[in-house]
Amino acid sequence: MFAAAAAAILVALALVITRAIKGPTVFDRVLAGNSVGTLAIMLLAVVGFLTERPEFLDIGLTYGLLNLIGTLAVLKFFRHGDLAHDVDEEARS
Amino acid sequence: MTLAIEYASWVLILLGSFFTVVGALGIVRMPEIFTRMHAASVTDTLGVGFLILGMGLQAGFGLVTLKLVFLMALFLFTAPVVTHALAQACLHEGIKPQLAEDRRGDGRQQS
Repeated sequence: MFAAAAAAILVALALVITRAIKGPTVFDRVLAGNSVGTLAIMLLAVVGFLTERPEFLDIGLTYGLLNLIGTLAVLKFFRHGDLAHDVDEEARS
Repeated sequence: MTLAIEYASWVLILLGSFFTVVGALGIVRMPEIFTRMHAASVTDTLGVGFLILGMGLQAGFGLVTLKLVFLMALFLFTAPVVTHALAQACLHEGIKPQLAEDRRGDGRQQS
Protein backbone atom coordinates (compact mmCIF):
# COMPACT_ATOMS: atom_id res chain seq x y z
CA MET A 1 0.00 0.00 0.00
CA PHE A 2 2.86 2.40 0.78
CA ALA A 3 4.50 1.29 -2.45
CA ALA A 4 1.35 2.32 -4.35
CA ALA A 5 1.36 5.71 -2.61
CA ALA A 6 5.07 6.16 -3.41
CA ALA A 7 4.41 5.31 -7.07
CA ALA A 8 1.53 7.82 -7.22
CA ILE A 9 3.71 10.53 -5.68
CA LEU A 10 6.49 9.79 -8.19
CA VAL A 11 4.00 10.08 -11.08
CA ALA A 12 2.78 13.40 -9.66
CA LEU A 13 6.41 14.58 -9.32
CA ALA A 14 7.07 13.77 -12.98
CA LEU A 15 3.96 15.72 -14.06
CA VAL A 16 4.87 18.73 -11.91
CA ILE A 17 8.45 18.75 -13.20
CA THR A 18 7.16 18.93 -16.79
CA ARG A 19 5.28 22.09 -15.76
CA ALA A 20 8.44 23.47 -14.14
CA ILE A 21 10.33 22.93 -17.40
CA LYS A 22 7.54 24.16 -19.71
CA GLY A 23 6.01 26.93 -17.56
CA PRO A 24 5.61 30.08 -19.69
CA THR A 25 6.09 32.54 -16.81
CA VAL A 26 8.43 32.46 -13.85
CA PHE A 27 5.42 32.15 -11.52
CA ASP A 28 4.44 28.82 -13.06
CA ARG A 29 7.94 27.62 -12.26
CA VAL A 30 7.74 28.92 -8.68
CA LEU A 31 4.39 27.15 -8.22
CA ALA A 32 5.79 23.93 -9.68
CA GLY A 33 8.88 24.23 -7.46
CA ASN A 34 6.69 24.60 -4.39
CA SER A 35 4.65 21.56 -5.42
CA VAL A 36 7.87 19.58 -5.94
CA GLY A 37 8.79 20.46 -2.35
CA THR A 38 5.40 19.34 -1.05
CA LEU A 39 5.58 16.06 -2.96
CA ALA A 40 9.16 15.46 -1.82
CA ILE A 41 8.05 15.78 1.81
CA MET A 42 5.22 13.29 1.25
CA LEU A 43 7.62 10.95 -0.56
CA LEU A 44 10.01 11.16 2.42
CA ALA A 45 7.20 10.29 4.83
CA VAL A 46 5.88 7.42 2.68
CA VAL A 47 9.33 5.94 2.07
CA GLY A 48 9.99 6.21 5.79
CA PHE A 49 6.91 4.09 6.47
CA LEU A 50 7.77 1.75 3.56
CA THR A 51 11.18 0.94 5.05
CA GLU A 52 9.71 1.01 8.60
CA ARG A 53 11.86 3.91 9.68
CA PRO A 54 9.41 6.77 10.38
CA GLU A 55 12.29 8.93 11.70
CA PHE A 56 12.42 10.41 8.20
CA LEU A 57 9.51 12.62 9.28
CA ASP A 58 11.96 14.96 11.06
CA ILE A 59 13.72 15.59 7.76
CA GLY A 60 10.30 16.18 6.19
CA LEU A 61 9.42 18.83 8.78
CA THR A 62 12.72 20.64 8.23
CA TYR A 63 12.26 20.47 4.48
CA GLY A 64 8.76 21.91 4.80
CA LEU A 65 10.04 24.97 6.66
CA LEU A 66 12.87 25.45 4.14
CA ASN A 67 10.38 25.09 1.28
CA LEU A 68 8.27 27.98 2.61
CA ILE A 69 11.28 30.26 3.13
CA GLY A 70 12.73 29.39 -0.27
CA THR A 71 9.50 30.04 -2.18
CA LEU A 72 8.87 33.35 -0.41
CA ALA A 73 12.50 34.42 -1.01
CA VAL A 74 12.23 33.69 -4.75
CA LEU A 75 8.90 35.54 -4.97
CA LYS A 76 10.29 38.53 -3.10
CA PHE A 77 13.31 38.58 -5.36
CA PHE A 78 11.21 38.61 -8.52
CA ARG A 79 8.83 41.21 -7.15
CA HIS A 80 11.39 43.72 -5.87
CA GLY A 81 14.57 42.60 -7.64
CA ASP A 82 16.23 42.60 -4.24
CA LEU A 83 16.02 40.33 -1.21
CA ALA A 84 16.86 43.16 1.24
CA HIS A 85 14.00 45.32 0.03
CA ASP A 86 12.89 48.04 2.46
CA VAL A 87 9.10 48.49 2.60
CA ASP A 88 9.31 51.95 4.23
CA GLU A 89 11.42 53.19 1.33
CA GLU A 90 8.68 52.26 -1.13
CA ALA A 91 6.07 54.08 0.98
CA ARG A 92 8.18 57.25 1.05
CA SER A 93 8.94 57.44 -2.65
CA MET B 1 -10.91 -3.83 15.24
CA THR B 2 -7.29 -3.84 14.04
CA LEU B 3 -8.45 -5.18 10.68
CA ALA B 4 -10.94 -2.32 10.41
CA ILE B 5 -8.18 0.22 11.11
CA GLU B 6 -5.98 -1.50 8.53
CA TYR B 7 -8.70 -1.24 5.88
CA ALA B 8 -9.43 2.38 6.82
CA SER B 9 -5.78 3.37 6.43
CA TRP B 10 -5.66 1.53 3.09
CA VAL B 11 -8.63 3.52 1.81
CA LEU B 12 -7.27 6.83 3.12
CA ILE B 13 -3.81 6.30 1.60
CA LEU B 14 -5.29 5.31 -1.77
CA LEU B 15 -7.57 8.38 -1.69
CA GLY B 16 -4.57 10.56 -0.84
CA SER B 17 -2.58 9.08 -3.74
CA PHE B 18 -5.52 9.73 -6.08
CA PHE B 19 -5.86 13.38 -5.07
CA THR B 20 -2.08 13.89 -5.30
CA VAL B 21 -2.07 12.68 -8.90
CA VAL B 22 -5.20 14.72 -9.70
CA GLY B 23 -3.57 17.89 -8.38
CA ALA B 24 -0.41 17.29 -10.39
CA LEU B 25 -2.49 16.59 -13.50
CA GLY B 26 -4.29 19.89 -12.91
CA ILE B 27 -0.97 21.76 -12.71
CA VAL B 28 -0.07 20.37 -16.14
CA ARG B 29 -3.47 20.73 -17.83
CA MET B 30 -4.86 24.03 -16.52
CA PRO B 31 -4.59 27.00 -18.92
CA GLU B 32 -3.02 29.73 -16.76
CA ILE B 33 -1.34 30.48 -13.45
CA PHE B 34 -4.39 31.20 -11.26
CA THR B 35 -6.20 28.00 -12.23
CA ARG B 36 -2.92 26.12 -11.75
CA MET B 37 -2.70 27.47 -8.21
CA HIS B 38 -6.19 26.10 -7.60
CA ALA B 39 -5.06 22.68 -8.82
CA ALA B 40 -1.93 22.81 -6.65
CA SER B 41 -4.07 23.45 -3.58
CA VAL B 42 -5.81 20.09 -4.16
CA THR B 43 -2.47 18.36 -3.61
CA ASP B 44 -1.69 20.56 -0.60
CA THR B 45 -4.95 19.93 1.24
CA LEU B 46 -6.76 16.75 0.18
CA GLY B 47 -3.75 14.74 -1.03
CA VAL B 48 -1.51 15.52 1.93
CA GLY B 49 -4.41 15.37 4.40
CA PHE B 50 -5.61 11.91 3.38
CA LEU B 51 -2.07 10.51 3.14
CA ILE B 52 -1.15 11.81 6.60
CA LEU B 53 -4.42 10.54 8.11
CA GLY B 54 -3.77 7.11 6.60
CA MET B 55 -0.19 7.03 7.86
CA GLY B 56 -1.33 8.20 11.30
CA LEU B 57 -3.79 5.28 11.51
CA GLN B 58 -0.99 2.96 10.46
CA ALA B 59 1.48 4.33 13.03
CA GLY B 60 -0.84 4.17 16.03
CA PHE B 61 -0.75 6.51 18.99
CA GLY B 62 2.74 7.87 19.65
CA LEU B 63 5.55 10.23 18.74
CA VAL B 64 5.32 9.38 15.04
CA THR B 65 1.67 10.42 14.92
CA LEU B 66 2.54 13.67 16.72
CA LYS B 67 5.15 14.41 14.05
CA LEU B 68 2.57 13.65 11.34
CA VAL B 69 0.13 16.08 12.99
CA PHE B 70 2.88 18.75 13.06
CA LEU B 71 3.57 18.09 9.37
CA MET B 72 -0.12 18.51 8.52
CA ALA B 73 -0.35 21.72 10.60
CA LEU B 74 2.71 23.02 8.76
CA PHE B 75 1.03 22.36 5.42
CA LEU B 76 -2.24 23.92 6.53
CA PHE B 77 -0.38 27.12 7.49
CA THR B 78 2.20 27.41 4.72
CA ALA B 79 0.11 26.48 1.65
CA PRO B 80 -2.26 29.50 1.91
CA VAL B 81 0.70 31.82 2.64
CA VAL B 82 2.55 30.69 -0.49
CA THR B 83 -0.59 30.83 -2.65
CA HIS B 84 -1.39 34.34 -1.44
CA ALA B 85 2.15 35.58 -2.03
CA LEU B 86 2.20 34.01 -5.49
CA ALA B 87 -1.15 35.53 -6.51
CA GLN B 88 -0.08 38.93 -5.19
CA ALA B 89 3.20 38.74 -7.11
CA CYS B 90 1.31 37.78 -10.30
CA LEU B 91 -1.12 40.69 -9.97
CA HIS B 92 1.76 43.06 -9.17
CA GLU B 93 3.50 41.88 -12.33
CA GLY B 94 0.34 42.63 -14.36
CA ILE B 95 -0.84 39.07 -15.04
CA LYS B 96 -4.65 39.13 -14.98
CA PRO B 97 -6.87 36.07 -14.45
CA GLN B 98 -8.16 34.74 -17.75
CA LEU B 99 -11.94 35.06 -18.00
CA ALA B 100 -14.46 32.91 -19.88
CA GLU B 101 -15.00 35.56 -22.56
CA ASP B 102 -11.25 35.67 -23.24
CA ARG B 103 -11.32 31.99 -24.11
CA ARG B 104 -14.57 31.97 -26.08
CA GLY B 105 -14.16 31.36 -29.81
CA ASP B 106 -10.46 30.64 -29.99
CA GLY B 107 -10.66 27.37 -28.04
CA ARG B 108 -7.61 26.31 -26.07
CA GLN B 109 -4.73 28.59 -26.98
CA GLN B 110 -1.61 28.09 -24.89
CA SER B 111 -0.86 24.94 -22.97
